[in-house]
Amino acid sequence: MNNLVILPILIPLLMGVILIFFKDSKSVQRTVSVISVGLMIAVSAYLTYMVYTEGIQTTELGDWPAPFGIVLVADLLSSSLVALSSLLALVCLFFAYQTFSAERERNYFHPFFLFLMVGVNGSFLTGDLFNLFVFFEVMLISSFILISMGSKQYQLRESLKYVIINTVSSMFFVAAIAYIYGVTGTLNMADLAVKIGELEQTGVISVIAVLFLFVFGTKSAIFPLYYWLPHSYFAPPAAIAALFGGLLTKVGVYTIMRTYTLIFPHDQTVFQILLIFGGLTMFIGVLGAVSQFDFKRILAVHIVSQVGYMIMGVGIFTPLAIAGTFYFLAHNIIVKSALFLFAGVAEKITGTSHLKQMSGLLKTHPYVGWLFLITALSLAGIPPLSGFFGKFALIIAGFDAGNYFVIAVSLATGVLTLFSMMKIFMTSFWGEVKMPDPQAKDKKVGSLLIPILPLVALTILLGVAAEPFMQFSLELAEQLMDPSEYINSVLNKE
Amino acid sequence: MEILMILTVGVLFTVATYMILSKSMLRVIIGVVILSHGAHLLFLTLSGLKQGAPPLLGEEASAYTDPLPQALILTAIVIGFGITAFMLVLAYRTYKAHKTDNLDELRGTEDE
Repeated sequence: MNNLVILPILIPLLMGVILIFFKDSKSVQRTVSVISVGLMIAVSAYLTYMVYTEGIQTTELGDWPAPFGIVLVADLLSSSLVALSSLLALVCLFFAYQTFSAERERNYFHPFFLFLMVGVNGSFLTGDLFNLFVFFEVMLISSFILISMGSKQYQLRESLKYVIINTVSSMFFVAAIAYIYGVTGTLNMADLAVKIGELEQTGVISVIAVLFLFVFGTKSAIFPLYYWLPHSYFAPPAAIAALFGGLLTKVGVYTIMRTYTLIFPHDQTVFQILLIFGGLTMFIGVLGAVSQFDFKRILAVHIVSQVGYMIMGVGIFTPLAIAGTFYFLAHNIIVKSALFLFAGVAEKITGTSHLKQMSGLLKTHPYVGWLFLITALSLAGIPPLSGFFGKFALIIAGFDAGNYFVIAVSLATGVLTLFSMMKIFMTSFWGEVKMPDPQAKDKKVGSLLIPILPLVALTILLGVAAEPFMQFSLELAEQLMDPSEYINSVLNKE
Repeated sequence: MEILMILTVGVLFTVATYMILSKSMLRVIIGVVILSHGAHLLFLTLSGLKQGAPPLLGEEASAYTDPLPQALILTAIVIGFGITAFMLVLAYRTYKAHKTDNLDELRGTEDE
């Protein structure tokens, strides 16, 4: 029992509610949201440290004992993801202050930004399937509002599709919960792990597992279900797109990691499906990125391809693969949002995000160019940056498990990733200065780069000091692969 | 009774699928609403229809109906209500901005 676990949910919820009443005061809005995100970072970092030294922490809400009440569980995976997402929220908030119009900030941007964090942190921390559905909905409805805010023609059209597809998949989530409740009579994840382990592994369990895969696959944009992502992530402004690209699909990946390591680890067919879809997702995603000629669209399609790697990691299902998946997940949260923010900077300078309309940024704004190059190389997996080590662990694990075909696909995807990143660099940063906005040359963007700098520093740090971080990931994977510690600490068994 | 309910759920899911695949924006939204009703009814049926006494009153009954699914479905209905309201407003704004509710015409073009 540790009440600290609920704070990452409670802080943004309370502050968000308070902020609704201070709609017109810009300074109150900004200070309160920065303070609350700062508090979230402090609490979640302390929580991660506590979990690392003392083991898994749980909170029983309303003091109802575990299989009956709702529990919040912080293990290494969830607490470190909460810390990362809070950090990302702070970065995006500072970027938003410098790019957003006053009108957008006045129209409840801050409360919904904080409610989004409630949903994200809640999904990471909850130990109950139905509670997970509720936090998913909190996250989704805030994202619906953030994505359609501004009401441009394009934005309205694409957010409508985003809303409908996500709502349909949420309804299937309810149906999947209904099935699993019908079979086992419980919704507590630790209790489910015990009960499903005791049941005979019949086709019913496989059907439920695949139904959950459909739901989480839609949220995390894996192969046959990714079509909504590229257009809808193109619509919102850079700060919001960075937050969505960095976090929302990763919440889907987190739930896949959680459910398939904890609840359905016995079902071999699902892992085969994960492997096949992982390979297809990364390859088709990167082909989409190669064919695009728009800064933001390339990045959006790349999200799909990167999710493929993580799905493959879960599909391989060895401790090293899970460690690699987490490393890759953390790397991707950092790098992807940094790249989206760079797209925002380039758009701010040139007034366009289309690659064919801009070139020569390196001559006018050298710092933007070189920092972008570091981040892009990290995404492509060039050592000594962070992308390399995540992929390296995944590929070694794949070789050990004998999944040669999917490893070959992932290597080919890596080459194409490098190609599409270099396409952005060569067309928009090299060459003669050519921009639609005639004043573009003299625009100062130094202050915009400050929020991105910590992200770039982190990707370098994750690469150069890979040893301790990999050690941490291995311990985390150990905890996931052997769910007995999780089950015992939730159900209070000694 | 369970068989009848399951058949109703099947009909609701079929109707919802048909509506979601149609081209009119409003029909799609009604389809989503029907789908949510189907999912809730499925939950209620799968966790067992009324067995024994109501869960709250009296301590003598030998069997009680499981109260959890009803609480969960109530939560899901409230969430669904909020999302439906939001979807209707969004659809109306989209209709105003694009002057059409045909999803084929809302597909978008390559160069924008």
